[in-house]
Amino acid sequence: YDILRGKLAALSIAAMVILVGVPLWWKTTQTYRAWLPVAQINELAKLQLQLSADVEVVFARGTATPEQQKKVPVTQTQDEDHAVDEDTTLRYRHETRYRTATVMEEDALKQPTAAEADLSLHRLSESPCGSLVIYVIPESSSLLPENVNVYIGQRRTALLRIGAQMKVGKTLKQLLAHLEPRVKQILQVMSFSHNDITAALSDRVRFSPDNKESIADSMRAFKSSPGYEITFSLLNPDPKSHRLHWDIEGAVQTYIQPLLTKLSPVANFSLDSQILYYAMLGVNPRYDSSRSAYILNADSLAHVINPVEARLGSNAASSNPVLNFLLYVPDAHHSPLYIHDHKKREVQTNAFHSPRWGGIMVYNVNGFYQTGTNFPVDVNINMAKVMGVFLAQLRLLLGVQSTAPPSSFQVAPCGSSGLADWELDRLMWSRSVENVATATTTITSLAQLLDQIGNIVINDNIAQQVSSAVTSLQLAVAELEVGNLGFALQYSKEAILASEKAFFDPSLLHLLYFPDDQKFAIYIPLFLPMCVPILLSLLKIVSEVRQRRREKQAKKD
Amino acid sequence: ILTQTLTLVVHFCLVFQDSAGQFFSSGHTNNWAVLVCTSRFWFNYRHVANTLSVYRSVKRLGIPDSHIVLMLADDMACNHRNPKPATVFSHKNMELNVYGDDVEVDYRGYEVTVENFLRVLTGRLPPSTPRSKRLLSDDRSNILIYLTGHGGNGFLKFQDSEEISNVELADAFEQMWQKRRYNELLFIIDTCQGASMYERFYSPNLMALASSQVGEDSLSHQPDLAIGVHLMDRYTFYLLEFLEDIHPASKTNMNDLFKVCPKSQCVSTPGHRTDLFLRDPGSVLITDFFGSVRKIEITMETINLTDPIKQMEENSGNDVQTENNTYVDQLPVSEIIHQKPKQRDWHPPDGFILGLWTLILLVFFKTYGVKHLKHVF
Repeated sequence: YDILRGKLAALSIAAMVILVGVPLWWKTTQTYRAWLPVAQINELAKLQLQLSADVEVVFARGTATPEQQKKVPVTQTQDEDHAVDEDTTLRYRHETRYRTATVMEEDALKQPTAAEADLSLHRLSESPCGSLVIYVIPESSSLLPENVNVYIGQRRTALLRIGAQMKVGKTLKQLLAHLEPRVKQILQVMSFSHNDITAALSDRVRFSPDNKESIADSMRAFKSSPGYEITFSLLNPDPKSHRLHWDIEGAVQTYIQPLLTKLSPVANFSLDSQILYYAMLGVNPRYDSSRSAYILNADSLAHVINPVEARLGSNAASSNPVLNFLLYVPDAHHSPLYIHDHKKREVQTNAFHSPRWGGIMVYNVNGFYQTGTNFPVDVNINMAKVMGVFLAQLRLLLGVQSTAPPSSFQVAPCGSSGLADWELDRLMWSRSVENVATATTTITSLAQLLDQIGNIVINDNIAQQVSSAVTSLQLAVAELEVGNLGFALQYSKEAILASEKAFFDPSLLHLLYFPDDQKFAIYIPLFLPMCVPILLSLLKIVSEVRQRRREKQAKKD
Repeated sequence: ILTQTLTLVVHFCLVFQDSAGQFFSSGHTNNWAVLVCTSRFWFNYRHVANTLSVYRSVKRLGIPDSHIVLMLADDMACNHRNPKPATVFSHKNMELNVYGDDVEVDYRGYEVTVENFLRVLTGRLPPSTPRSKRLLSDDRSNILIYLTGHGGNGFLKFQDSEEISNVELADAFEQMWQKRRYNELLFIIDTCQGASMYERFYSPNLMALASSQVGEDSLSHQPDLAIGVHLMDRYTFYLLEFLEDIHPASKTNMNDLFKVCPKSQCVSTPGHRTDLFLRDPGSVLITDFFGSVRKIEITMETINLTDPIKQMEENSGNDVQTENNTYVDQLPVSEIIHQKPKQRDWHPPDGFILGLWTLILLVFFKTYGVKHLKHVF
């Protein structure tokens, strides 16, 4: 009986170890991993973007014959497919609607100059974000000068001049066929172009672009970020001679703030300014006696920034990219100071900028006073001139500028806000695409990372961020397809914020690398002494049972 | 089918390499440096001096403090065993003080841990971390990473109590690559058996240099009899000598860097790894990583602004309102006193495992009796 009891004890302990102990150990050493929508993430890895824009082509009087006018309004859709790489495809869709001009629009087009016509057309109707209106005016129209065929306005309208009726053709189809390449040319300038969009996709795919300008363009503009900090600094190396006054608050309110307000759907901006005394440029300028001025040539400009940068502060509280704009007033002994470009010509703006950093302008004040006056001299800086340059540099650094339009185009100067509406649309398109591309790469690489490393703990908040990022991405792609540019940008921004938050969550640190031999070294002293008696007693039971069966067999025989 | 899949795989590899080659034909716009000294205690003076010499060279060549993350595991300048306080010398006879008054240490003392180092690299820092402690690089940044300390085959020792393995480092670089946190990365390590640390790298655009191969020790250069410790390691000493000749406009390239400290001077064999790097090392300038040469473009356009400056309204006086501000009520005293300790994860009590198999052994002794123990075993 004792032996039986012993056997039962051994069996029951073995059973408990296997049935209770092993699952308990497995469960307690498991890392907590919340569920992630992996299937949806893998779907997003293959990005199929469709960008839609609505275009309206309006025929003014004298451009379409009455038979042609009877057939309008008519709508055409053009699709252009591009396969960027095996994971990314692009489709550009333009829905073009042709119609004739209303009476009020005809009146507006009777204005003496193109700029005024643009203004009165804008008063009539406001085009939604992302759409364009092209007014076709006859050859005889006096709105545009001789050599200009296209005028691009400040908002979302363009004026296109076509040739005489005879050249164009009789039927509507011929007219439309004649117009199509011209309209396409306008769209390349005012709406999204393949170069811009592929540059925006640089996070997923990078090409060797065909020309050096595209490389410079993609390297110059800051990457899409939810916020930027702009710092204006006045550098006064010679306070003994110059007492500088700049109305930076007023200048920022008047000149810079309108642009930033217009760009508020794209990003948040925070502004600050400072004055630095005794801050020298790190480079000695050469004296040119022929111009009796000091010269900084283009090669030495590269070494100017580093010594100054050490003295510029930055806002410690945020991790947003910083754009620095420096206004340098040369000291009295080195005035006037001019910048020469690579071809030794004087630069009109006397300013230069560095990609993804900011800009520096040299402001000469020696013209404001005669020699022999009592130093220090009070100088009021002409903020309009300074801000004009800084605004141009700001546009470049934010990625607003694009390739130069063809020669027969005339582009209206951007208004008081520093940004035309169609330029804003272009920026919004490229930003949305960039955000979508970056967010998809972030999410897919996060999913891949979490898959590969089985030891990382995935908390609930990370899973929630990932899910919300995936939802926002799907919404953004859908809105881009339909053509709602504003919503698409907003969703893409949400997607980026959520995906970055999930990827950079501090709890995802992979410090749990255990090589296999270390795992054995940890578990053996714990489990081996426990398992050996169990195993051996089980073996003993099994051998006893087998022996008894053999005896029984022998007895039978 | 096998040949078909093989050709497909080959084609895919070629395509990948092709697109990756085009990927990196463009350059960088900013430079970052992460300089880490991992050992503490006074006799590891030379590691701190190593790191500070590289810091000095990098600053001299133009990288600003805001772009350098300097991690020193111990304070040698103000160590109570330092006969010359507030100095860290890198050359005997105290010729070169690398500590100066312009040194900005971002992580000091016990803050230099494997976890913090990996957090800096991958960017997974808590939101309250200030800018100076972050590596805010982007896809156009060239990063220089310099590690020094005591190491072994496949690991580097931090603070005498923990270690980072080469697999973790390679994974961290891969995470940086996935998030496009660097354009090109130069990794220099000056420890014993340093070459083992770059064996496991697999991300593109990494170049690595080490002071010794697997199985070799990196040796220190020379002791200073007044200070009483070795001042520098050989590899970094000759690296510093090499860097002193570089100025921001020099055109020396990486092939010269590979020749620094041959076996005759260093006793150990320095190694390097460039197979993951897509440009030819002969075309890579030293200043691409150690210095910070900016690209410049002339501004050709200006915007004509004609509006006069708006006068700020004079209602700033009205905005001043008196409000009674009080500090936000902190935790009231009674709550602080009676706070319960935070819930930690439940662990089985310590003696559990011990008790468990004591119990099992007892059961067996009881059933089988001691003398039958020999039947069990």
